Amino acid sequence: MIRLTTMIISVSNVIDTHCPASRRIRRNDPIDQGQTMIIGLDVGGTHTDVVLVGENGLERRIKVPTDTSALFDAVFSGLEHITRDIDISQISHAVLSTTLTTNAIVQDKLPAVGMIVTSGPGIDPENFRTCEHYYRVAGAMDHSGREILKPDEKAVEDAASRMRDSGIEYVGVVGKFSIRNPAHEKRIREIISPMFEKVFLGHNVSGNFSFPRRITTAFLNASVYPLHKRFFEAVRQSLDKKGIQIPIYILKADGGTMDFETSIDFPGQSILSGPAASVMGSIGFAADDEETIVLDIGGTTTDMAVLINGVPVLAPYGIEIAEHKTLIRALHSYSVGLGGDSTVRVEHGHLFIGPDRTGPAMAYDGPEPTPTDALFVLGKAQNGDREKAEKGIEAIAQLLGVSTAEAARRIFDQTCREILDSARQMVSLINSRPVYTVREALHGHQIKPTRLLVLGGPAPMFAENFTAVSDYQVSVVPHWDVANAVGTALSRTTCEVTLFADTYKLEASAPEEMFIQALKPGFTMADATEMATELLEKKALREGASSGDLVTDVTEALEFNMVRDFRMIGKNIRIKVQVRPGLIGQYEKIIAQIKKQSRNGDHPC
Amino acid sequence: MLKAKTHTGLVFFPAYDWAISATHPEREERLLYTQDQISEEGLLDVEGIDEFKAGVVDIKDVQRVHFCVPDARSVMTESHFISAGGAKTIGKAKMDGLVDRGFALVRPPGHHAMRVVHGGRGFCNVNNEAIMIEYLRQAYGVDRVAIIDTDCHHGDGTQDIYWHDPDTLFISMHQDGRTLFPGTGFNNETGGPTAAGTTLNIPLPPYTSEEGFLTVLEKAVLPILQEFKPDLIVNSAGQDNHFTDPLTNMNFSAKGYADLTARLKPDIAVLEGGYSIESALPYVNVGLILAMAGMDYSHVVEPEYSAERLRQGPSITATIEKTCQQVIDTWNDRQNIRIRMQENVIYAERHNTVFYDTDGFYESQHETLQVCRECSGVLKIDSSVERKMRVLAVHIPRKACENCRKTGYQWFEKTDMGPYDMILLQDRPEDQYRVRKK
Repeated sequence: MIRLTTMIISVSNVIDTHCPASRRIRRNDPIDQGQTMIIGLDVGGTHTDVVLVGENGLERRIKVPTDTSALFDAVFSGLEHITRDIDISQISHAVLSTTLTTNAIVQDKLPAVGMIVTSGPGIDPENFRTCEHYYRVAGAMDHSGREILKPDEKAVEDAASRMRDSGIEYVGVVGKFSIRNPAHEKRIREIISPMFEKVFLGHNVSGNFSFPRRITTAFLNASVYPLHKRFFEAVRQSLDKKGIQIPIYILKADGGTMDFETSIDFPGQSILSGPAASVMGSIGFAADDEETIVLDIGGTTTDMAVLINGVPVLAPYGIEIAEHKTLIRALHSYSVGLGGDSTVRVEHGHLFIGPDRTGPAMAYDGPEPTPTDALFVLGKAQNGDREKAEKGIEAIAQLLGVSTAEAARRIFDQTCREILDSARQMVSLINSRPVYTVREALHGHQIKPTRLLVLGGPAPMFAENFTAVSDYQVSVVPHWDVANAVGTALSRTTCEVTLFADTYKLEASAPEEMFIQALKPGFTMADATEMATELLEKKALREGASSGDLVTDVTEALEFNMVRDFRMIGKNIRIKVQVRPGLIGQYEKIIAQIKKQSRNGDHPC
Repeated sequence: MLKAKTHTGLVFFPAYDWAISATHPEREERLLYTQDQISEEGLLDVEGIDEFKAGVVDIKDVQRVHFCVPDARSVMTESHFISAGGAKTIGKAKMDGLVDRGFALVRPPGHHAMRVVHGGRGFCNVNNEAIMIEYLRQAYGVDRVAIIDTDCHHGDGTQDIYWHDPDTLFISMHQDGRTLFPGTGFNNETGGPTAAGTTLNIPLPPYTSEEGFLTVLEKAVLPILQEFKPDLIVNSAGQDNHFTDPLTNMNFSAKGYADLTARLKPDIAVLEGGYSIESALPYVNVGLILAMAGMDYSHVVEPEYSAERLRQGPSITATIEKTCQQVIDTWNDRQNIRIRMQENVIYAERHNTVFYDTDGFYESQHETLQVCRECSGVLKIDSSVERKMRVLAVHIPRKACENCRKTGYQWFEKTDMGPYDMILLQDRPEDQYRVRKK
């Protein structure tokens, strides 16, 4: 369950970090010609980071406090500032990871939308109601896509009229088993689309099972559509006005990019990209032949992920946000309530860290002692009010009956140990995911990570402790405090296609891609793989990938003899293919440069 | 968010890469649409329904229950280790308190696997429920267990394993053996001399529908369970009694099975048979899981369901009432039956012929039970398959008295190897399993 950090609302100017004020001058010399650069922008809970990366590594970096009431402005000024005095023609594209749609969902600031669902036997769909304007109409498909009951078109029309009269403009239509046969969803859209601005169909927002999750996913897509569209138009307009005409992409929760324009039809893909940004930011620094745990230590939470040979592990179903469980593809992210600003308290003589955060560290005028304050006492943190930190830790020390220094040591140690315990728990959860074939049950891969990659504000201090108390090989991601933005910049397109083929019906379909095709007899798994991969490549290009940059995997391939009356009548083939999440082709050069810069202590402005 | 009233565990192992043969009912495809239905319902997202990865059983887990000839690996494939492992996993989850109830939706099935195993029969090789139960007895000290076998076929394997065990109540309700494999499971099969009455069979006429099954439950099963007071209730939940099943002739339904589950309240259910893989299994299993979890299952209706068409006739109802009464009478009379069977008997003998339909051969068994007043009695089985192997299998029961233990070891150590290829020993009290080879 992803828990989101609280947002700090504050208005402030753009600050260049790491640059003393005197160097905040305009550069008169433009950057050298002939170098391709990419902008990465990541909106975090507290700060928005913008970076410009290129063949020289990290060219420029900016950190701005996030003002949630004016996210649009933060994004423009970030983009504007990062491109100031740069030759725009040198910029390849920009990738944006924002919390715009995420915040709207978490804060429940969504417009009213409508839903029409058809279900059939099973759990009553009333249990999956997402909103007031949620209408169940008769109609049903079975698990193999056979029609059990035709949709009640009169009821559909009634529902649509009532929604329209209530001012609804966006509607989600979801049928159970629509991914096996989308005919009902399509028919319903046919009836209602003249009455609404946009209709989202279940089988288009995801090709995966789970009717309740598909309902939620269609609902969220409809709900965030107007916001995401306005954002897109506003960004485009502002950039056009400033003459900054570069292609824009968004970062998705699965660590992949999608062309901004295409994302208008799939606005749900813009949700919860934050955790993915930090994972992508660490890939370049992970070994491609090892299993690595990535730890992003934030203020309120530490977000964890796993890289296997440099490839991030995916979540089994999809994003979970607020009370919504979805099918929006996401990287596996395991969040624990332990961070730099977690509240430290003593109860019954025992020390407790988090899971809550009541404010920043006392060293920064916060109300309660935190692990950051412990770091101040231990002399590992600077640029804050050490006295205030000491006072806070002293109070804890008294309750424990130890010296202030000892209390600080214990707080920091416990925080680190608990983070490592959670990491081990995450690995254990991944290894106990159910499997459904004999081969996987007996010979399935169990992950045994040997490396830790740490990023986030206090990364170096924590990394030091992790090395001391565990067997992991620990390293810190260079420029760990803007690694998210770097990861955002360097991500490439990723997507997946699910193909069903029935050699008895002689039909193949990939409902999410709106693809149905008749088959010739003798269709095999190899044919299905080819067909699915072709669809995948087309999809990736549509979403803005460059054709040279596609690494594809078959993530699931199942083939079943279909037998009726003791005779084999055909094969039921299911195949899932993906463009593997990862970094763009040129990333190695850029990452190498960043590593060099980091070793040389270079701090670009 | 949907919440389960009872914390329910699920182990799902469809063995998508294993089959008896490409077109056999027990093939890769069998649970495919069931998984599709369960996934589409979003059952695993329900708070209080947890899925566990199927574990794998040890050889010892198998030896604790079966005498495998010549050994476990010869009569099992990898899939059997995992299928039984799935039942073991759910049993452990229940006993560890991770869940309150659990369902092992696994294949291949097991209730036709008997104490001595020479190969596969009735699509079964080893008995998943027995392996789980004996493991739980060994590891958690579980004592009294009731196995309610609602599969359409008589659970002859389970019956055989627990024939002489008074601490295990085995009740099987099934389509009458005169009309269906394995051809057994009649009223007069009530257990050995030291356990009579804890094996009870309820043969049902073809075309029995929901009403019939639920009558048996209410009139016979539940009252007997109340008196037996088991530590655990295990349901062998075979679903081949469905009105669409291609191999049988009963008229049960998804809602009926859910009702049965809701009333029986099994601690653990284990899938057995069921071969109507599109029209029955997806719906029955969703209904069963919802019922176990204490959730509403009233909307689980098969597209082909029609209450009127499935209703059973009055003669079926009458037959079932009579059969229920016979079962109750047997149960009430069990002590007397035991006394009568034990009178003046030191060694009780039985002859059995077991047909292995999957592998196509007959096994001949001669069983000798030492009738004991202190415990259920040590027993030995002389088992042979023509032109294959002949073995002597000695079973020292879990609560064996000292005398029976001594006798068991004498039989094992002192019997002349002569005619036997192997002599095997199950020492349940010490959890030791040994073999003497020629």
